[in-house]
Amino acid sequence: MNDLAVKIKIQEADFDTNYENNNLIVNNTGALVNFVGTVRGNLESSEKILSMTLEHYPGMTENEILNIVNKAIKKWKIEGVTVIHRVGRLLPGDKIVYVGVSSRHRQNAFDACNFIIDWLKTNAPFWKSEELEGIKNWVQARDEDTLALKKWNF
Amino acid sequence: MIIKYFSWVKDLAETNEETIELPENVKDVEDLINFLEKKNNKYKEIFSKKHLIKIAVNKEYVNTSFKLDKNDEIAFFPPVTGG
Repeated sequence: MNDLAVKIKIQEADFDTNYENNNLIVNNTGALVNFVGTVRGNLESSEKILSMTLEHYPGMTENEILNIVNKAIKKWKIEGVTVIHRVGRLLPGDKIVYVGVSSRHRQNAFDACNFIIDWLKTNAPFWKSEELEGIKNWVQARDEDTLALKKWNF
Repeated sequence: MIIKYFSWVKDLAETNEETIELPENVKDVEDLINFLEKKNNKYKEIFSKKHLIKIAVNKEYVNTSFKLDKNDEIAFFPPVTGG
């Protein structure tokens, strides 16, 4: 864990996935896994989403993500972690979140990346509202996201 | 004490933040909720959805039995939907 690099950023600006991936490749890296979440263009009902606005609780968001990352570091042998989450108004196709994990061997990077995004979705204080034709809705939490946590046995 | 609200809880509270003088008899989060509910109907509406309301004190998740201090920052918000 000595040289383990952790980067957590909350920002309005877009991020460059390739740049973030490259930064996670260090001397001992043999595997790199990333997850990128993006804004969907339609609801399940095929209603068009015009935009998505994300708000968060500054200070608590960073703390919660760091807690999640620290849990992952304890559980898996990993070399580096980057979490970037955007806030503000985003359009369909825009990137929302990046989670990147590097490790010596692939399974640790796969598992840690999966774990971090599962926990982020249910614990990090972000809220989405979506703008449809003529209305604005707060997005409701999904039971599937809470159920996804069960596989981690924490 | 600073109280913060987010997402649709903020819409119901009609503000994102307010400062209140913590009354003597308010010892924990449960007491604060009862105090707010008596103060104004908008809080009654918020806490009628109690099973959906998450609570943080000084930016850490807590439950309703958490003891409060007059200088704490408390936040009420719905389940999170980031990622």
